[in-house]
Amino acid sequence: MKDLKADYFEFLETPRSLALDPRDLEKRFYALSRQLHPDLYARKSFEEQHYAEEASALLNDAYRTLKEPIARAMYLLKLEGFDIGEQGTKDVPPELLEEIFELNMALEEGEAEGARERFLEMRGAVDAELQEKYAAWDAGQSRDTLNEVRGLLNRRKYITNLIDKTNVPDRV
Amino acid sequence: MFQIEFDSPSDRVVGIDLGTTNSLIAWMNLGRPEVIEGEDGEKIVPSVVSLLPGGEAIAGNAARAALIDYPDRSIYSVKRLMGRGVGDVQDELKLFPFRIAEGSEQVIRVALGDRTFTPPEISALILRQLRKNAEIALGGPVTKAVITVPAYFNDAQRQATRDAGRIAGLEVLRLVNEPTAAALAYGLDKRKEGIVAVYDLGGGTFDISILKLHDGIFEVLATNGDTHLGGDDIDNRLIRIALEDIQSEWGEDISHSGEAVQTLRQDVIRAKEALSFAPSARIEFAWRGKKYLREISREVFEGLIRDIVDRTLGPCRDCMKDAGVEPEQIDEVVLVGGSTRIPMVRSAVEVLFRARPHTELNPDEVVALGAAVQAGILAGTVENQLLLDVTPLSLGIEMYGGLVSKIIHRNSTIPASAGETFTTGVDGQTNVLIHVVQGERELAKDCRSLARFDLKGIEPMSAGFARIEVRFLIDANGILNVTARDARTGKEQSVDVKPSYGLTDEQVEAMIEASIDNAEADFKAAQVAGARVEADTILGATDKAKRDQAWMTLTKDEQAAVDNAVRELQAVYHQDDHEAMRARIDALNDATHKLAENMMNTAVSSALKGTKV
Repeated sequence: MKDLKADYFEFLETPRSLALDPRDLEKRFYALSRQLHPDLYARKSFEEQHYAEEASALLNDAYRTLKEPIARAMYLLKLEGFDIGEQGTKDVPPELLEEIFELNMALEEGEAEGARERFLEMRGAVDAELQEKYAAWDAGQSRDTLNEVRGLLNRRKYITNLIDKTNVPDRV
Repeated sequence: MFQIEFDSPSDRVVGIDLGTTNSLIAWMNLGRPEVIEGEDGEKIVPSVVSLLPGGEAIAGNAARAALIDYPDRSIYSVKRLMGRGVGDVQDELKLFPFRIAEGSEQVIRVALGDRTFTPPEISALILRQLRKNAEIALGGPVTKAVITVPAYFNDAQRQATRDAGRIAGLEVLRLVNEPTAAALAYGLDKRKEGIVAVYDLGGGTFDISILKLHDGIFEVLATNGDTHLGGDDIDNRLIRIALEDIQSEWGEDISHSGEAVQTLRQDVIRAKEALSFAPSARIEFAWRGKKYLREISREVFEGLIRDIVDRTLGPCRDCMKDAGVEPEQIDEVVLVGGSTRIPMVRSAVEVLFRARPHTELNPDEVVALGAAVQAGILAGTVENQLLLDVTPLSLGIEMYGGLVSKIIHRNSTIPASAGETFTTGVDGQTNVLIHVVQGERELAKDCRSLARFDLKGIEPMSAGFARIEVRFLIDANGILNVTARDARTGKEQSVDVKPSYGLTDEQVEAMIEASIDNAEADFKAAQVAGARVEADTILGATDKAKRDQAWMTLTKDEQAAVDNAVRELQAVYHQDDHEAMRARIDALNDATHKLAENMMNTAVSSALKGTKV
């Protein structure tokens, strides 16, 4: 019986690291699915069926969260006691304010495509930086690194919002 | 002696494809899925129900025959009404002869003659017919089933399907998505790794699912679809054109005659089906001495249905996007549903996915076969195969201002869960109302209302102090379960569920109650029929054995005992007493025991002699 109070890392029997190997994670997910899926408990007692349902829900929730690098990092920050509320605008770096201004200009001039390109580029740079920080956390487990990760995630979220805005004219 | 029991009836689980147009039932016969025929030798049971003037409700082929004689006492395509509200089906009502009765606010009631039925009750009549077919063919009770649903069915539609199963006296062990079932039927697990797309265009629904295969695991990556798109739409288009023609040729509007439209429907379906194999076909329709005839070429037909076929492509592209795969990465494409016989549909699929689709299995049977495989997985007879399916629609909660907060996203592997903490907004408040919706839109009013949950019995305290943790769990059937507890006391909180559309548990219980009488009669008939099948087998085998040389190895007394047991069994053969029949089958079995042994010995010794020569 698996502990249904375990956190996602514990449940998937993987260390609390940020740069997880997706193939390894998938292997664990498949192996645990073969043990826990409700289909395998159809002829068992009601209690066992209930356990299978809860355990595989937890397994699926854990895998869904940990396989996505951003969701994984957010989840780990929460586990480590960081406040990652909805207010992603708090730590917005000042240089982004400049960018917003420029975006609005670009949108008004009908150059959403150009602005979009720039933001995608910026997000790419954030993602590269995140990769480095993930490796740094896995090596040293320092809270300072997590603080930096949190800053980068906020920045990334902000840029993603901007990218979504450049999409609006396409949708109409 | 002449028979071997391969499976114990109590473990037997059947697989059912409860389709818009046709339904089928299948089981695992010695490790292979097999569709079960009805007594009339037909595998397909039309999803048609008719209430005969005498008050007897019939389903299947007999009901389809009654469709023309009693159009206002018959119903088809009821699946379109499952789990839906009256407001949802206004468009359908223009095209389908459903007669909605009074009192249809929470659950639709359809009038057949002078009685009314809910869609789950009508579906239950179809399920009961399927169940009876299986009980007769398998010679024993059938109580456990896997039933398939369109992958894109929402919570209410799934619940309605499960209710139908319960009303038909079946324990529904699992609802399985139709495209996923089809993937199981194709046994694509032989391919160790790969990406598969399943395109399922049936009578009334369209589904697309993309799966990843890994060593017997079928992991659905994404699914999409339209629960109101299918062959019915093509039929309706042809009917409309024919009706217009007839109006101008005969100067007569026959669209209000149910009988005429039913006849015309069957005539256009015939032409549609012919067009899959021939370059042109004729719609021939005769009505009250007048004749209507129209030749339709495949080219014209394709022009007429192009937009219907095109409507399937958007969901396919969205599905690929959600699955994160490009067309080049798709290794195999599987076609399911009768409408995929249309050449234009096949070529559209081939162009989109850049792969030649699989068509080896009969597209009408493949879903039922897959349901049987899933039944085998649940019964433990099929090993090493596992289905990991997803929820097709996001689950959300209505927030202040009518916005939706998504708590479980679409394409999440099920079971899936999410927790939310609720509090009170007013001092002394003792209950909190939660509105749960399903869909992708941002405003609750644009999503599908699933249910309202009333969290009751909250201890009165200052606003914002209560902490009620609510857990939402979508189970392996794709159905939502809600539990709540008080975070401060840890006490389970009562959750009062009001489904937005559908039957309450009490209503379902009452329907089960009402149908038990019928069920007993059906069950008894099945028992008798099953016993008769066994009697036929043993009488036939005994007759054959008597012509074997082994018969002469028995003493006169032993021979007399066998003959006597045969006569005893024949005496009760035509009575409706299955217990007496079973007892005499057992007696004959005992009487022929030695005969069987001797036959085996002779067979073995002659085989041995054979090898010496």
